[in-house]
Amino acid sequence: MKNTRLAATLLAAAVALIGCSKESPSVKIGHVGPLTGGIAHLGKDNENGARLAVEEANNGGIKINGKDVKFTLVAEDDQADPKVGTTVAQKLVDAKVVGVVGHLNSGTSIPASPIYNQAGIPVISGSATNPKLTEQGFKNQFRVVGRDDQQGPAIASYLATEKKPKVVAVIDDATAYGEGIANEVEKTLKAANVKVLPREKGTDKTTDWKAVLTKLRGENPDAVFYGGMDATGGPLLKQGRELGMKAVFSFGDGACTEKMKELAGDAAEGLLCSQAGIPVQAASKKFLDAYKKRFNQDPILYSPFTYDAANLLIEAMKKADSTDPKTYLPALQRISYDGATGHIQFDDKGDRKDAEMTIFTMKGGKIEPIAVIKSGKTLPYEEFLKTAK
Amino acid sequence: MDTFLQQIINGLTAGSVYAVVALGYTMVYGIIQLINFAHGEVVMIGAMVAFTVINALVPYGLPPLSIVLIGTACAIPVCMLVGYAMERLAYRPLRQAPRLAPLITAIGVSIVLQHLALLVWSRNILAFPQIIPSRSYLVGGAAITTVQIAILAICFGMMVALAIVVYRTPLGTAMRATAQNPQVAGLMGVDINRVIAATFLIGAALGAVAGVLYGTYYGIAQYTMGSILGLKAFSAAVLGGIGNIPGAMLGGVLLGIVEALGAGYIGDLTNLCSYEALASRIADCQGGGNFVLFGSNYQDVFAFIVLILVLVLRPSGLLGERVGERA
Repeated sequence: MKNTRLAATLLAAAVALIGCSKESPSVKIGHVGPLTGGIAHLGKDNENGARLAVEEANNGGIKINGKDVKFTLVAEDDQADPKVGTTVAQKLVDAKVVGVVGHLNSGTSIPASPIYNQAGIPVISGSATNPKLTEQGFKNQFRVVGRDDQQGPAIASYLATEKKPKVVAVIDDATAYGEGIANEVEKTLKAANVKVLPREKGTDKTTDWKAVLTKLRGENPDAVFYGGMDATGGPLLKQGRELGMKAVFSFGDGACTEKMKELAGDAAEGLLCSQAGIPVQAASKKFLDAYKKRFNQDPILYSPFTYDAANLLIEAMKKADSTDPKTYLPALQRISYDGATGHIQFDDKGDRKDAEMTIFTMKGGKIEPIAVIKSGKTLPYEEFLKTAK
Repeated sequence: MDTFLQQIINGLTAGSVYAVVALGYTMVYGIIQLINFAHGEVVMIGAMVAFTVINALVPYGLPPLSIVLIGTACAIPVCMLVGYAMERLAYRPLRQAPRLAPLITAIGVSIVLQHLALLVWSRNILAFPQIIPSRSYLVGGAAITTVQIAILAICFGMMVALAIVVYRTPLGTAMRATAQNPQVAGLMGVDINRVIAATFLIGAALGAVAGVLYGTYYGIAQYTMGSILGLKAFSAAVLGGIGNIPGAMLGGVLLGIVEALGAGYIGDLTNLCSYEALASRIADCQGGGNFVLFGSNYQDVFAFIVLILVLVLRPSGLLGERVGERA
């Protein structure tokens, strides 16, 4: 008797809940990035970008299939850990999100991608640059940044032509991202007849690089490339200078942040690094102002891209007049959209067509863009700004 | 040669920090046979407190050295307080319990401290302000920085001071007596609780300094930094013979050197292309390529390989366990 009464109460509560959700139809968009750990600041920045897009869409008032639609951003933390990444992906699928922005890291994006693919949910990464992500034949996988096999060659050819090193040491952090970009750099350097030393490796948690650097110092390289994040790249650079290495230190986008100055101190001066895509400060003024106003800080790295990614999902839903992933996916594949990072179209794999790459240097404690590489051509940054605006 | 010497210098510096942390493990183990897994977290809190104080003082333009000293001076009492609270609240009530209970408690305390630090200092990697100008000196082709010299001097200074306390003062005598037989020491008028608390306090103070040194050396601090550092120091303590104070010092320094040499040379040794018999059979080796089995990313593994080897070949450590004396 007691049990039936309890069941009745629960049923009534459930009915009431369903009733509630019907009154305000809410469409969930997922965002995944590390909100804990060494690169939590970048994860938060990415999340902010997507959040801004969703909030703007809600403020604008969107009608899909004749109904008012409110978007909610479901932000999850994958801790930059592949295992957690898959758990979180499943969680989002179970929560019935209609699209996902993320993940931040290649190492988490790749293992998570089959889960989204099986559920048929479109995923757009604003920062995962490992080529493998879009090489798996998944029709629902996109990215709005360039790939490491474009970024690696960009920084490597800039290094080879501008700094003319004879011997280069390549180090990576043994993650999908770090190893991927380091491989591309090595390939390009070898093609340019630069001698590359046997690969050295650390991990994404290494703080003591002295053993590796000491070994490399013995080989006297003219330049060092490190494929990894700023949390490990900063100490690497600092320790390299402490050991008296004079080489040019160059990094991929993971270590292309202002935090390098904090982490490496004066040693950071003069470092070279690349970012897939255009520099944050070259994003549209509308985005930069809105971000600053909403979050009371400047965007850090990839938030313009996650902003665009979220907008692309919303735009495709508007075009298809449906929030059903299966129905709006074709619209997303064919989309042609002018976002905060320029014009966006996807190729067959889901990669962005003609993605830009930017080369930066650390000058007076700030990373400053010095060149933009687009479809194989290197343009000094000032010239790029002129042609873009 | 200069590469080898440089690896030794790197190893010595890291190793002397391990040694100081290892002392915290070994002293506590020597006296109450407890492996205090939360000791690594005490070191982390030392680094964090120093970070906060140093960051707060930098804008006032004091001389860099005095800022670091003030930071350390603040970290020591905080860590001592943490060490004391840990002993008083978590371990003392369990002193008569089976040995497994305090061990599990220690792991629990470590998790609690880590998450407290997460709440206070956030999850981000904190960049230690680089205020001490790091000058390099060349010794026989190897570079040694002012920070490295300071770390070596401070660590060895602390080890000597600790040895004096343990072997030359009434407190040290009481500590050794308690380690040998707490009941008898109690009957002889030694206040065991006070001695055990003092052991935790000294260990925590050493840990605080180690934390500051580690932070200034690598330039970063994070709430998770205590776990791997603690594990390595624990390995060092076991290497030297747990419970044995000179053993922890020796173990720490040795571990640092083994790690540096291991990371520095494993890549060359496991580069299959450098062995002629194999090189001809591996496609990657053609045209000066390389096929490296284990790279230097296996650096952290060395501490644990050493730990396993010691446990297999010489379970009581290089200098022997202290507990042997009890019989």
